Amino acid sequence: MRLVVDLNRCQGYAQCAFLAPEVFAMHGEESLLYDPNPGTDGEADAELRENVTRAVAACPVRAILLELADGRAGDGPGGAS
Amino acid sequence: MTVDGSLERLKREGRIVVVGASLAGLRAAETMREKGFTGSLTMIGDEPYEPYDRPPLSKQVLLGRAGPERTALPRRRDIEAAWRLGVPATGLDMAARRVRLADGDEVEYDRLLIATGVRARPWPQADEAALDGVFVLRTRDDAAALEQKLAAGPGRVLVIGAGFTGSEIASACRERGLPVTVAERGAAPLVGALGGVVGEVAAEMHREHGVDLRTGIMVTRLEGDATGRVRVAHLSDGTTLEADVVVVSLGAMRNTEWLAGSGLGAGPRGIACDAGCRAFDIRGIVTDDIYVAGDVARSPHALFGYQFLSLEHWGNAVAQAETAAHNMLSESADRRPHLWVPAFWSSQFGVNIKSVGVPSMGTEILIAQGSRDERRFTGVYGYQGRVIGAVTFDQSRWLQFYERLIEETAPFPPTFTTVDRRPEGNRPMPADFPDPSVPTHGPTITLSGYSPADRRMTFTPAHH
Repeated sequence: MRLVVDLNRCQGYAQCAFLAPEVFAMHGEESLLYDPNPGTDGEADAELRENVTRAVAACPVRAILLELADGRAGDGPGGAS
Repeated sequence: MTVDGSLERLKREGRIVVVGASLAGLRAAETMREKGFTGSLTMIGDEPYEPYDRPPLSKQVLLGRAGPERTALPRRRDIEAAWRLGVPATGLDMAARRVRLADGDEVEYDRLLIATGVRARPWPQADEAALDGVFVLRTRDDAAALEQKLAAGPGRVLVIGAGFTGSEIASACRERGLPVTVAERGAAPLVGALGGVVGEVAAEMHREHGVDLRTGIMVTRLEGDATGRVRVAHLSDGTTLEADVVVVSLGAMRNTEWLAGSGLGAGPRGIACDAGCRAFDIRGIVTDDIYVAGDVARSPHALFGYQFLSLEHWGNAVAQAETAAHNMLSESADRRPHLWVPAFWSSQFGVNIKSVGVPSMGTEILIAQGSRDERRFTGVYGYQGRVIGAVTFDQSRWLQFYERLIEETAPFPPTFTTVDRRPEGNRPMPADFPDPSVPTHGPTITLSGYSPADRRMTFTPAHH
């Protein structure tokens, strides 16, 4: 999995950090740190994948762009339609 | 490009070359494919890696929370490109529409996008820069090498320059428990971008987190030991400082050298282009087939007095790439201007700093909400009676509101009251930006010796 968070858009709602704490973590009150390439390519474990997908969908400002290992683009700013 | 349907032909079987395989280059390529470009696409990049994200390098990566090799950018779609990675472009023949590569190859184009970005400004003395333990931070390789050194637990890290990158590096070092000295020639960190009123808050943040912050000072020389490892830094106040890691964080230089002699309007200040991202040649005539996007571009912005702005911002790279790609594949009447409102973020000492507009144009600042003492506030910048920029420390949710005010050229000081307005927000203060026409340091000349034959003059040039 590959992901990038548009931190201009991010407003620190922390939904992602609740849903996928292994990938997203708040750092201070509203800064977000994340693992840009979580999991191992090709065999990202199903639970991690599920959590990250839910985090992407839960972001109130749609700041997360996700590409799953199979090349399918996820939701996000200008995500593939 | 109109009557004979050549735009359709370009979209169907044209050749587009993108020089620069980072964020701007990748997003532009994706946009071209999205717009139905089915011709050949060549991506040229000087680094051997596929496009990766740079902001994490000074944050997650230096904290050891994400490996530098794990920052590859997600793709919005497949771009079906021929990748020429690890091979820098070395020249451009505008008449023949050819890009020359370092390995001797040449690539022909019908449309060219230049997104070669910037590189870290190196330490000016090459022999000192080559000492083991002296770093810059811009690329994945830089980050990997620096992180490895920090993980080994150096005795002291010296960061030269307290801009955003330098401050983030210092913050990461402190979080790892490493002793850090920051040497900044200005009066405070971040003064160039945010002015002295906000810089003062940044300085306090450094000191509260245990950074040995020294302002109004320059590093004049780096000295190594017998094995070529950096050992001591000499400072302009005559003192010395022992450090086994030195990170040179003195801003960036635009990657335009490869265009020297090409006839394109490219130089140390970037590549000038029109609002539609078309590059100017040296005669000041706009080209039809060469476009520019990202950190290397310098384009006029209607909202800011048509000033040519160079924005080394992540969001600018994305937005300008999309506009350039659109315009490369459009009739002239369908082209769009790049009218992105500047915005950036930085995360340091646990505080989220975000900004919109162009604070550095501001002459005054009003703390409209919150308080500087609490490290939680919104500062609004005014220029000639209008709102020109805003900055938030841990108050990013207000930023969008101020962005609208900038777009509307709302009056400054704002005429309305805001929630959480404190006494310090009762009236605007001078924003206290350094005067760019006054150098912070002139050359230093020292004389030694007594007899005319012994008289020696040491000249330390001013750094820029």
